[in-house]
Amino acid sequence: MTHESGGILYCNCTYAQVLDPAAKQAVLRKLCDSGRSFEAVADLCEMSARKDPALKRLASGGNLKIAACFPRAVKWLFASAGAPLDPQQTEVLNLRELDAAKAGERLFAEDLQPNIPTGKVTASDVPAPAAR
Amino acid sequence: MSLRDQSHLRVVLYEGDGAEPLDGDLRFDAISRLLEQGFALTRVGSAGRTAPDDGVAAVVLGQFQNGARQLTTDAASEQLRFTNVSGFDSERIAGAVESTRAETNTARHGEWKPWFPVIDYDRCTNCMQCLSFCLFGVYGADQQGHIQVQNEDNCKTNCPACSRVCPEAAIMFPKYKAGPINGDVVTEADLNREKMKVDISALLGGDVYSMLRRRSDQAKERFSKERDDKKALQERQKCLTKLASAGDIPAEVLMNLPSPEEIQRRAEEAKAKAHAALAAQR
Repeated sequence: MTHESGGILYCNCTYAQVLDPAAKQAVLRKLCDSGRSFEAVADLCEMSARKDPALKRLASGGNLKIAACFPRAVKWLFASAGAPLDPQQTEVLNLRELDAAKAGERLFAEDLQPNIPTGKVTASDVPAPAAR
Repeated sequence: MSLRDQSHLRVVLYEGDGAEPLDGDLRFDAISRLLEQGFALTRVGSAGRTAPDDGVAAVVLGQFQNGARQLTTDAASEQLRFTNVSGFDSERIAGAVESTRAETNTARHGEWKPWFPVIDYDRCTNCMQCLSFCLFGVYGADQQGHIQVQNEDNCKTNCPACSRVCPEAAIMFPKYKAGPINGDVVTEADLNREKMKVDISALLGGDVYSMLRRRSDQAKERFSKERDDKKALQERQKCLTKLASAGDIPAEVLMNLPSPEEIQRRAEEAKAKAHAALAAQR
């Protein structure tokens, strides 16, 4: 499925200083300049705690690329708000580890590389990145 | 009003057909400002998918060419408001959104730092140690006796203590500095380290709270004998420093714990809840 039919969600992690501000700004800037439609949220944690209904509409809309933090955390933030993500239709770009260039590259790539964990995950279970 | 009872304002920045796109810098500045103010925003451009209406109040921002109402095909929801932002700078755009938020009486953001445990149910064994441990009523059990986070806003900011007692490293705090508590993958070394931390806590006297109780009682006893409140305070601070470093618990959390009697009462209440939940499963 191409990216045109998939959604993009960007989390600004507004209420913590765990993401590199320069990386956040660079990713957001790329999104703003792309001409694409996207969803941007101040803080996924806050939305999860509030059980924000927006999480349900985001989770139920087919392919979704999420620029946020660790895939395991994102998976359970959605799940605990009653909005489970489809593991086959979700790719999480971890801004705590990826630099802005790589995150941007994946956000706008046409393919989707599902990577949210399923089952009890250990280091050896992490999906290997697909060959380029 | 609890966190979950508050309704939300959805912000839509419309730049599709019938609206002039914003200047690139203005778009970035306005979106950045709105995110910093805590809003969630949908940017509608010329391509790509956006999430559908979810029945909440929404404000649609845009540089509308022929009036905004042409954008709606049905009787527009009463909850839908349009704001023409032609000629606005980012500050004025953010101000207009904040005014709409106030008018619609929707959730105000930023008054609570979203710090709370997130359970990884792939790892959780429902042992209820977290429920027994937490003194602040963050955890509860559902009708089937499954552990749940029920009161996120009761959690003490920056305190990851309950994740330390979880034998499976199933409790995450996504805003924590290090893995696996922040959601990073769990390694065998992590599991051993987590176990070690629980053991340290056991060595200190069962759990950090019972240690605190004991030390506090001792300090109280000394205080009554010596009538030296300075010494008692020093003793308490020494104890708290040790606890803070052993469990990475912020000193301000420890300093603001309730009285030893109240701690005991809450601990018993939490344990009773955990036992009841476990019994319900059998």
